[in-house]
Order: sequence, then C-alpha cells, then structure tokens
Amino acid sequence: MIWFVYGLLSCFKLLLVPAYRSTDFEVHRNWLAVTHSLPLKQWYTDETSPWTLDYPPLFAWFEYLLSQVAAFFDPEMLRVSNLNYASNATVLFQRLSVIITDAFLAYGTKECCSFIRASGVRKSSRWTLTWGSPISVLALLVLGNAGLLMVDHIHFQYNGFLLGILLISIARMLQGKYLSSAAWFSALLNLKHLFLYVAPAYGVYLLRNYCLCDSEEPESRGFWILGGKRLSISRVTKLACIGGLICFASFGPFIFAGQFGQVFSRLFPFKRGLCHSYWAPNFWALYNAADKIAVIVGKRLGFPIVSNSAVMTGGLVQEFEHTVLPSISPKVTFVCSVVTMLPALIKLWLSPANPLHFVRCIVLCAFSSFMFGWHVHEKAVLLMIIPLSLLAVLWRKEARIYLLLSTVGNYSLTPLLFTPLEIPLKGLLVLCHAVYAFVQLHQMFNLQKGSILRLPLLNRFESVYTLGLAPLFLYQHALHGALFGAALPFLPLLLTSTYCALGVTYCWAVFYFHFLFSGNHKRKIH
Amino acid sequence: MVFSCEALKKKITKELNASHVVSSSRRSESSSLRGFTLLVVAVGLVVRWAVAVGPHSGQGRPPMFGDYEAQRHWQEVTLELPLRQWYANSSRNDLGYWGLDYPPLTAYHSWALGHAARALDPAFVAPHHSRGVEHDVHRLFMRASVLVAELAVYLPPLLLYTRDLKTNPVLAVLYPGLILIDHGHFQYNCISLGLTLAAVVALKRRRLALGSVFFSLAINYKQMSLYHSLPFFCYLLGVCLRQPTWAAALSKLVKIALAVVLTFAFVWAPFLYPNPADVLQVLHRIFPVARGLYEDKVASSWCAISVVVKVQNVLPRTWLTLLCLVTTLGVVLPSNLLLLRQPNNKNLLLSLFISSLGFFLFSYHVHEKSILLPATAAILLLPHHLVSATWFLAISTYSLLPLMVKDKMVVQWAALLVLFVAVAAKMMPPANSAFLRTARKISLGGSIFLVLAQAVVTPPQRYPDIFPLLNSIFSCAHFLGFLIYAYWVQFRTESKQHAN
Repeated sequence: MIWFVYGLLSCFKLLLVPAYRSTDFEVHRNWLAVTHSLPLKQWYTDETSPWTLDYPPLFAWFEYLLSQVAAFFDPEMLRVSNLNYASNATVLFQRLSVIITDAFLAYGTKECCSFIRASGVRKSSRWTLTWGSPISVLALLVLGNAGLLMVDHIHFQYNGFLLGILLISIARMLQGKYLSSAAWFSALLNLKHLFLYVAPAYGVYLLRNYCLCDSEEPESRGFWILGGKRLSISRVTKLACIGGLICFASFGPFIFAGQFGQVFSRLFPFKRGLCHSYWAPNFWALYNAADKIAVIVGKRLGFPIVSNSAVMTGGLVQEFEHTVLPSISPKVTFVCSVVTMLPALIKLWLSPANPLHFVRCIVLCAFSSFMFGWHVHEKAVLLMIIPLSLLAVLWRKEARIYLLLSTVGNYSLTPLLFTPLEIPLKGLLVLCHAVYAFVQLHQMFNLQKGSILRLPLLNRFESVYTLGLAPLFLYQHALHGALFGAALPFLPLLLTSTYCALGVTYCWAVFYFHFLFSGNHKRKIH
Repeated sequence: MVFSCEALKKKITKELNASHVVSSSRRSESSSLRGFTLLVVAVGLVVRWAVAVGPHSGQGRPPMFGDYEAQRHWQEVTLELPLRQWYANSSRNDLGYWGLDYPPLTAYHSWALGHAARALDPAFVAPHHSRGVEHDVHRLFMRASVLVAELAVYLPPLLLYTRDLKTNPVLAVLYPGLILIDHGHFQYNCISLGLTLAAVVALKRRRLALGSVFFSLAINYKQMSLYHSLPFFCYLLGVCLRQPTWAAALSKLVKIALAVVLTFAFVWAPFLYPNPADVLQVLHRIFPVARGLYEDKVASSWCAISVVVKVQNVLPRTWLTLLCLVTTLGVVLPSNLLLLRQPNNKNLLLSLFISSLGFFLFSYHVHEKSILLPATAAILLLPHHLVSATWFLAISTYSLLPLMVKDKMVVQWAALLVLFVAVAAKMMPPANSAFLRTARKISLGGSIFLVLAQAVVTPPQRYPDIFPLLNSIFSCAHFLGFLIYAYWVQFRTESKQHAN
C-alpha cells in the first residue's frame, strides 16, 4: 500500500523535473563535485564555489555515494570549477536522487503505520477500507505533503530523506527498540545538525524510559535515583557506545586528517542575522512587525524616531537593528527556546512509558526552537508538520491542530517559489493537500458537515483565518502589483510572514496547552 | 393483543427511524462522494499544472516554433486585422506562417484571448514583433488560459456525467492523452471535446435541442469534431423517427434543425453578412485537400499498410480520397445504422467510439492528436466497460510517443502513463478469462519492450524512422482490435435484446 502511494507520488514528482530550481540545486551539485573530485582533506576547506559544504560529515559521505552514480549520468557535473552547470542529465540525476531517497520517508512512514495498526490505539471501523483507513491517510499526508513537494522537488533539498530517517527513529522508539532508535537519530544528527533541536526530547525520553529501570529488572545494577528506580550503567554505556560509534564513523576520518576544527566552524557559523531574508513565520516575525508598526505609528504621532531605512525583507540584508523595541541577541533566542521547551520536557519526564507523548514532545521541541530560534529557516516548519501527521490520524484534537498548522505552514513555504509559472503550481499544491487533509480527517472522525464559513473540525474563527489565506495569495500575486506596481516590494512578504506567524503561534499555544493539561493518559499504549 | 395501538405505533416509529437512518447514511455517502470529487479535481489541476511547467511544442525552435506559437499568432492576427481578413492571405497576414485554419469559434476565442493578452502586456501580441514570444510571464498567461478553458468547458460536463452515473471520476480526470496535448504540447482540445461531452450529457437528459447546440459549437470550434457528427445525426434522427405520431416527429425534427441552423448562423454571421463569398475562403482554409494521406507516423491503417505498399504512391489523389471515403464509410456505417434504428444511450456512446476510431484509422489526412476523439468516447464508456475503455485510453496515450519525443516530453509522458495505469489497476476487477490475461500481458509487455528498445537501440541508418513506424503499427493493431471489439459489444447486446 505505502509503496504503491510512493510509486504514484514518484510519478507526480517526475513531472516536476523541468520546474524551477533554486540555488540549492547548485549547492548540492557543488557538494557532489567536491566530494567526488577532491581529497577528503579539502572537503571542508574548498572555496571554489560560494556554496561551501556546511552539513555534517555523514551528509558529505552521502553526497560522495551519490557522486559515484552521478558519474554515469554526466561526469561534467563533478568538476569543481564547473559552476552553475545544469545539463539535462544533471537535472534529471539530481531530481531522481531526491525522488529515490524519498524511499526513506516511505519506509519511515510504513514503520509508523505498522506500529499504529498493531498498537490498537485507534479503534475504528475504517481499518478495513483501502483508502480511508488511518494508515493510508497517514501515508498520503506524509508522502504527499505539499511543503515537502515544494521544498524538495521544486526548490530542491533532501528534507524527505532526512525526515524519513527521523520517522524511522520515531517508529523504533514507539516499538520500544530504544537502541535502534538512538542509532538512527545519531545518524540523523550527523546528516544535518538542525535536528539537534529535537534532541532534548530524545534525551529525556531515553533517560526516563530506558536508562532508568525498576530494581527487579536484571540490568538494574547502578545508582538509585528516586522512587525505586535505578540508573542502569550497562544501558547508559550501550547508548553512549552506539552514539559514539556513529559519530566516530562520520567524523573520524576528518579528525585523523586534522580537520575537526574546520568542520566545526563550518557547521556553526554565528554570523547570520536574527531572521532569514524572508522571515520564517515565528515569534520574531511578529516582533519585527510590531517594531515596524511602532515606527510608523510613532512617526504619525510625532515622536522623534531615528529609523535606519534598511529594508528588512527586501533581499540580502542579513542583519538589522530594531528601532523601537530592544534588539535581540543570539543568547536571548537561546534562552527563550530552552525555557519554552522545559515544561514539555518535564511533562515527558513525569509521564513515563507513553511513547506518543514522546512524539508530542518532539513536535513541541521543534516548535519552541522554530518560534524563538536564531536565524530560523521557513523550511523548519516541516519538522513540526511531519511528526504531527502521526498524531493527526489518532486524535481529533490533534487532527484539528494539524489541519490548521499544515495549511498555514505549507502556505508559509510558498514565498520560496516566486517564478511566474510556479505561482499557480504552489497555490494548487497547498490547496490539494488541504483538501485531502480536510476531507479525509473529516470522514475519519465522522463529524457533522461544515458550512461555507465553517471548515470541518475547525471552529469559526480558525476557519475564517484559514480561508483568509486565499485572498492573501491573490493579493500577493495579483492585487499588489496592480495597486502599487513595483513600489513597496517587501509588503506582500511581510504580510505573509506576519499572517502565517499568527497562525503558527496560535497552533503552538493550543498544542502546548493540550499537551500539558488534557488528561489523555487514559489511552496510553503498552 | 399483538396488533394493539401501542404495538403498531412502536412498529411504525421503528420503521420510520430505520428509514431515517438509511437516508442519513446515504446523505453522508453523497457528501463523501462530493468531497472525493473535489479532491479528484484538485489533484487533476495540480497534475495539469505540473505538466504545464514543462516544455511546449516548438519551444525555442525558430523560425516556425510550434502549436504554442500558432495559438499566440492567431491572437495577434485576430486582434490586428479586421475580421474579413483573418482567413485571407495578404501582406499583413502571411498564411504560410501559422495561418488560421480552424473554424470561426476558435478565431473568436483567440480574439478574446488576444484582448486579455494586450491588457497584460502589449508585447505579447505586437504585430510581427511578437513572433516567438515565450518568456515565463507569457507562458503563465498561455498555460493559464488552457487551464481556465478546461475548468470552464471540459470538467463540468464530465463531472456531471460521472455524478449521474455515480461513478468515480478519477480515471476520466487523469486521462494522460488530453493532459499531455493540451497542457504540454499546447492546444485547446478541451473546448471542442468539452462541448461534445456537454452534448452527450444533454442528450442523456433528453434535452435534444440543447445537445445539438452544444455539438454544433464543438464543430465550430474544431472541424475535427466532425468525426463525431455521424452518430449525433443518427441518434437525433432516430429519436425523431421513433415518435408515436408524424406530427410529433416533425415538430421535434424542426426544433433540432432550427437549433443547429441558428447556432451555425450565429457563429458564421460576421462572415456572412455583407459578402457571403467570404465564407468560401474560410471553408477553403478549414478543409485543405492538398495535404498528405497522413501526417508524420500516425497510427492510421494507411501508415501501417505503407510497410507493404505505399498507397499514396500507387494511386492518384482523387482515387485516394475516394478509397478513403469508401473504406471509412464502410467501417462506420453499420454501427450508425444500428444507432438510427435503436437510438439509446449505449448505442450512442458505442457509435461515437466506432465512428471516430473508424475515421482515425481510415480517413484522409489524419493527425496523431485526432486519437483524442475516440478517447473522449472511451472516457464516456468508462463506467460501462471499465477494463476495455481503460486499456484503450492507455494505448491511445502510448500512440502519442513519437509526438512526445519531438516535444521533449517523454518523462512527463511516461510518468502520467504509469500513474494512469497504476490507478486503473487498483480499480480493476481481476481478469477472469485466461485469454484476457494473456492479451493484457502481451499488450503491456510489447509496449514496454518497444519503449526500452527505443531508449537503448539507435535505429539503423537505412531506416531512421523505424521506431515511430513500429509504434504506429503496434498502436494501429490495438485500435483495429478495439474497433472489432466495440462492434462485437454493440451487436451482441442488440441480438440479445432481440432474443428477449
């Protein structure tokens, strides 16, 4: 079933081969070339292209493997000096590599599905259906996610592959295979260090549910912690060994080559600004917007405000000073993220043996870092949407949050694609995903029919907000040009990110509240 | 007492409740069908636009470019020249460069689009200077115009039809042939075919005059729709003849005739009014007799026979046209005569299929895109003959391969075809006869083999066109088989009815 869906969607993805591709395409071509034709020592030092290698070493190894196949398609793309090379064979190869490595996403989804089916956590008469059963819905929601299609198969990145590994790791955790889960997750961290954001959830859950064990268990030699629990030394050692081995396999060759410092400095550049050139729809987008509004209002009221006229979302400006509100330093964002993560982690600690809470906590960790992180990319919203899909097919409340978040989140990714021909495509993709999610989840939870201003599962306020995305889309792509011409170029983007930020913040608050205070421990698994 | 008042009341309430439950579940079923239809349309639109971001015919290939440029050029011509000169060669209208050769409705459509284009950017349709314009904004405009046309004209009758029959519209909406030609290669077939669908839906709902108006419009948009005209004629005439009284028959006939004549008059009026001779020039443009027997390597039987004997070299042109006429009519007429005698919905659909396929296989000057006409009939037949209609639709898409190679759309072609066959395979009942299973295997295996062979083997120098030719022979053999099968279906059920 899931492989069938994967096949169908792969056919669709093939149609997108000639579509627009961003500079990320050239980034990955360059990495293929660097790993293929330079010795290991130079992988992290080469600066022929401005798009230097800044992912962890395992990803470099991944590119190295790909480049072995790429040589059969077009060896020209593997020359480091061949900048911006994009022959038909190169495009086809790179696109195919994304489509094929999406098999990890399919496998991860399949593992989550088989857990959901076996656990009996969702009782429904719909299991017998082919297309309406919860796992089919989950498969299509994840594999057909409009955001992933836009970011991976048009814009060009490998998020499907990476999120697939995250899903495999989550599935192993749900199945109670802690070591395997930890192994997959440390591999994931070595592929892209962005996933460090969700590491606290892993740490807390593994510590509470794997490392601590009852005194009757055979592996319980170790320190007493509390309430008859012991910290099992053998288990801690196993975990540390697995994590260490995988990190060593990935970093080892670079350490021997004396490159560790260089790799590390590439991975964590602290030179970027608070927000990406287009503001990700998070708290800081609202903060910036508030600052802007304060400036305008202040000027109207006659306050003497010295405004630095730097355009904030206009282009490559990476840093800007707030005018009215205090400026934000990286430390502040870090503290905010950690503080907002803490309650969720504490709740996870207090409710052991509930693997679905672990999934919720992953979503919340991703949320916190997305809301308050430093220089957050809009693509990071996928890190919340994909794990949340898993919960959406199980509980009604989470389905509601999923519908809102996935629609707004996918919409917030649309500014990535700005070429004329892709405008209808991105609109239709978001629409398609939303229609599928609303129709299927509505049927799955068997609810009353909605009306025009009342979408299924959402309340009236949320429905109006969601439907408001349509006029926003029209404004952004047609009305704004008609009204202002080329003037105020940042206004549509500013509106989009502020509007989406409102929705995302709302989802975060509701989901956090739901996780902390609603007592759905009754339906625990195990 | 068993039949006390109380007991009866209880029983009745129970029955009422039960019926209430049934009706409410039916309502939810219909609402789920509506949600599903919405989803299918959304998916259909995404797939169409995903094809639209790809290449179009003649992209970046001056001096002639392709059908995309033809359509754009018509906008330019109709906007620039007075109506009288649209179809006439002049210093301002070089008919050698994509001269207008479709009926007036297409010209009016181009004219309207031309106005929209000029409002967006005058450079799109600037006289003479706009040749070969194909940058991204212009492509957005052109592609959007096809999508709008399909949304407005093609999808509504199709969805009405599937809703009436309570069937799943997914295969009909995802038929790759039309998507590839309209949204990839670039044409507006969806308009004439959509009008034909609307005509069938109207006839099915017993709105004869409305149906004939729709079909007349279809002919006036694209003359290719004439392939479908014989069955429509026979059906309408047959219905009139079956009226109980002569008076009723006559009044129906007059009503239909009036509808057709008025529609034609309305469409042609601008050309008729001061100087009716202008119409002749238009007709001359629309029906060129000076063209070849078939274009490129099309899956017509003349092309297939050409391996053995090149008919066009043996016979003079007049004989050739006569030969075409006789064979085509010979193939098509029996089905239409049956339709005339028994004008019912099933016969109409089968005759539409048989006639358009017969014309495709045997008539003079056939385009590979004409396969869309029998394919439209096959789409209408999907609810009744799922397996064979799907099979035909797949092979008809397959037959477009040479065109797709020329347009550099092989990846899109393969992806859509696999998508279509995979979705169909999920919906198909298991084949119950061994013969059918083998036939399917041979058909599928043969097509895959041919495609792979083309990908791997370079054709020998003596036969550079060997693969297109093999493709058309392969497809043509299938089409002949489908023609015979359709005949068998139509006459078998007819004889059954007689036995009853």
